[in-house]
Amino acid sequence: MACAAIELKNITKRFGSKVVANHNVSLSVYKGEILSLLGENGSGKTTLMNMISGIYYPDEGQIFIDGEEVVIRSPKDAFKYKIGMIHQHFKLIDVFSAAQNIVLGLEEEGKFDIKSVTQRVKEISSMYGFDIDPNKKIYEMSVSEKQTVEIIKVLYRGADILILDEPTAVLTPQETQKLFAVLRKMRDSGKAIIIITHKLHEVLSLSDKVAVLRKGEYIGTVNTAETSESELTEMMVGKKISLNINRTEPKDPEDRLEVKNLNCVSADGVKLLDNVSFTARSGEILGIAGIAGSGQRELLESIAGLQVIESGSIIYHNPKTGTEDELRGRSPIQIRELGVRLSFVPEDRLGMGLVGNMDIIDNMMLRSYRKGHSMFLEKKGPKDLAERIIKDLEVVTPSAQTPVRKLSGGNVQKVLVGREIAASPTVLMAAYPVRGLDINSSYAIYNLLNQQKERGVAVIFVGEDLDVLIELCDRILVISSGKVSGIVEGRGADKGEIGLMMTGANGGANGND
Amino acid sequence: MIKTIFAFINAAIIQSIPLLYGATGEIITEKSGNLNLGIPGIMYMGGISGIIGGYLYEHSVANPSAILCVLIPLLSSLIGSTLLALIYSFLTISLRVNQNVTGLALTTFGIGIGNFFGGSLLSFFGETGSISLIRTGKAFKASLPFAHKLGIFGKTFLSFGFLAYLAIAIALVTSYFFNRTRAGLNLRAVGENPATADAAGINVTKYKYLSTLIGGAIAGLGGLYFVMDYTGGAWTNNGFGDRGWLAIAIVIFAIWRPTTAILSSFLFGGLYILSIYIPGLSGSAKEIINMLPYVVTILVLVIISMRKKRENQPPAHLGLSYFREER
Repeated sequence: MACAAIELKNITKRFGSKVVANHNVSLSVYKGEILSLLGENGSGKTTLMNMISGIYYPDEGQIFIDGEEVVIRSPKDAFKYKIGMIHQHFKLIDVFSAAQNIVLGLEEEGKFDIKSVTQRVKEISSMYGFDIDPNKKIYEMSVSEKQTVEIIKVLYRGADILILDEPTAVLTPQETQKLFAVLRKMRDSGKAIIIITHKLHEVLSLSDKVAVLRKGEYIGTVNTAETSESELTEMMVGKKISLNINRTEPKDPEDRLEVKNLNCVSADGVKLLDNVSFTARSGEILGIAGIAGSGQRELLESIAGLQVIESGSIIYHNPKTGTEDELRGRSPIQIRELGVRLSFVPEDRLGMGLVGNMDIIDNMMLRSYRKGHSMFLEKKGPKDLAERIIKDLEVVTPSAQTPVRKLSGGNVQKVLVGREIAASPTVLMAAYPVRGLDINSSYAIYNLLNQQKERGVAVIFVGEDLDVLIELCDRILVISSGKVSGIVEGRGADKGEIGLMMTGANGGANGND
Repeated sequence: MIKTIFAFINAAIIQSIPLLYGATGEIITEKSGNLNLGIPGIMYMGGISGIIGGYLYEHSVANPSAILCVLIPLLSSLIGSTLLALIYSFLTISLRVNQNVTGLALTTFGIGIGNFFGGSLLSFFGETGSISLIRTGKAFKASLPFAHKLGIFGKTFLSFGFLAYLAIAIALVTSYFFNRTRAGLNLRAVGENPATADAAGINVTKYKYLSTLIGGAIAGLGGLYFVMDYTGGAWTNNGFGDRGWLAIAIVIFAIWRPTTAILSSFLFGGLYILSIYIPGLSGSAKEIINMLPYVVTILVLVIISMRKKRENQPPAHLGLSYFREER
């Protein structure tokens, strides 16, 4: 039997004295094989791959390439052994062109000539069927184009071992299929591929073998053909968890928020929202599906009063007074006082909503400091609230005085959502609240949203995982390039249909609601 | 009138040379993501180190040769400013101290060293009076032999010592380096996104150190030009003034482009002395005109931030330190 293209033996990596990111991990990949590395968030997948690509250095253990022990101390060493990593967060320089990014850090013989680089990039593109303009600047590119640049980058360096860190997280179903086709082509040409993911159906459809990590421990490797979704889930989380998300029937839904012909234009004159209309009802979860950057953010920000609205109106049916209030033109604070709450979770989790360097109590206070009666801050209320959230939502933290940035992603999100819920909103907007969370934390968030729904809150949930949207939401609004391409019932919705609507392939034929 | 204009242009060019050295040095430094606000101090350091070297040589031999009168101050100036840049590099790159604080401290330190030695160098050797290195100054001021034969043109544009031409040459080479070489591409990547550069196999620490040291050395030459060519080998405490800050302003004005910095330095050099060439100005009007370079810089900042063109923005990682295993 031939030697493994790459083999890891008993790898251990610690951060500081307490955190063990990887403990005694062993795995191997052969040429012409795709290995999925499966694990929950924080299970150490990325750390492990970073050690192969030279970003980190293992504390213990050995790495073998083609049967020979190697030492990878830097990314340069990794290139030497023909290892190429496509990171989850793209490692590209925004102001450089694709070609400049591709040759970055390369030490080739001869004069530096960007024209010959461009030529070579075009050759690689046509070989694997990529569609890319080598002279286009990265900041002008879509996410999928950036990923293509990353892949060409490692191929340009002649990589034989490719590592992809959650490559499909940002792609549409169609783009994902295209990527998988490319990966299969590479496998067939004899490359060894490792793909990090936590989407089980991708694991099953793409890979030959699956290696599972759990909390930094290596659980085992199985052949994809001989395993099943439930077995893998069990290996991954350690116990069987229900894949079913609870969904109750909406109780006496009434119109709560009515968005009519909303238009927003960016500073450069690009249409961000194009004639968007929909109604959110109480006691119901309205999902918003769309490719990242299709206007979801602008839509929520418009409702929260953070976005300049070009034309259109947002009518709030106030359950207390029974009046219809126009939200457009009101300040964010006025809108919040009406009970419309935005729990916006952007990519970096701490960007909006929470202040990383402040502790949980102070972050609670961000919402209440105006309510004090004296010139001194009132700490009692926020402290009780912080402690209640920690207890009720099972936030894992040393204390309420711990700076938020030191918590893990899931716990940060629980704190954020918990605070917004505590104000008993009538409209709760959550954007990507489970992004980057492991399964258990995700379910905790779904339960929170469901509780709010049962209390009669109109929940607007922007999500990226279509399976979750279909299982969680009562109705799903699909948005494509700022336009509503349709609203579908969550029960019995077809994933393929929504995927097509997201790309605008149905031409918005369903029109507006 | 024509004569005054030509005299003004000539003076503006002379004023622009130290600024150009400072700006080019700072651009190279900033392209690696290091905001070195110590540049004004480093320029003082470059000046006084040159003075010390020149003084020691001129006063230790009976018949100083012109070539050594240039080479020794040049070398000691480079050593002096590189040392100061090394302190900055060690603090900000290896120890990851805040760059602004380090830079400002270094400026105070550099100016202090300059004035200390400028004021007391002679007394160490039991002499009195002020420093005046006539032979060294003359060697630095030596211009092209045919310049004076070309009339007013030669007098205006070609009557400079070699350091003036070197400044422009360095700026041009730097521009070529940024845009046409692999190392230049790598350096810009380090300043934009060191994590990406690191992942691409670029030695971030090495690039940061080298660019900061070389940038410091080049900026120091601005100080040397000032004391050797402009003042002809004489030192006056605080004589260099706020030109170091002006050089940093030029970096912004030239949107981090060395070629643009050449013209910007000329413009700023002109504005710096404009008040002298306008007859009949009151004292307060002079002060207002002296503020013009800074006003123009603020306007440029407003314009580039309004236009939002990505290529015109400062290096994205400017002012931040990089630590690979930060989580």
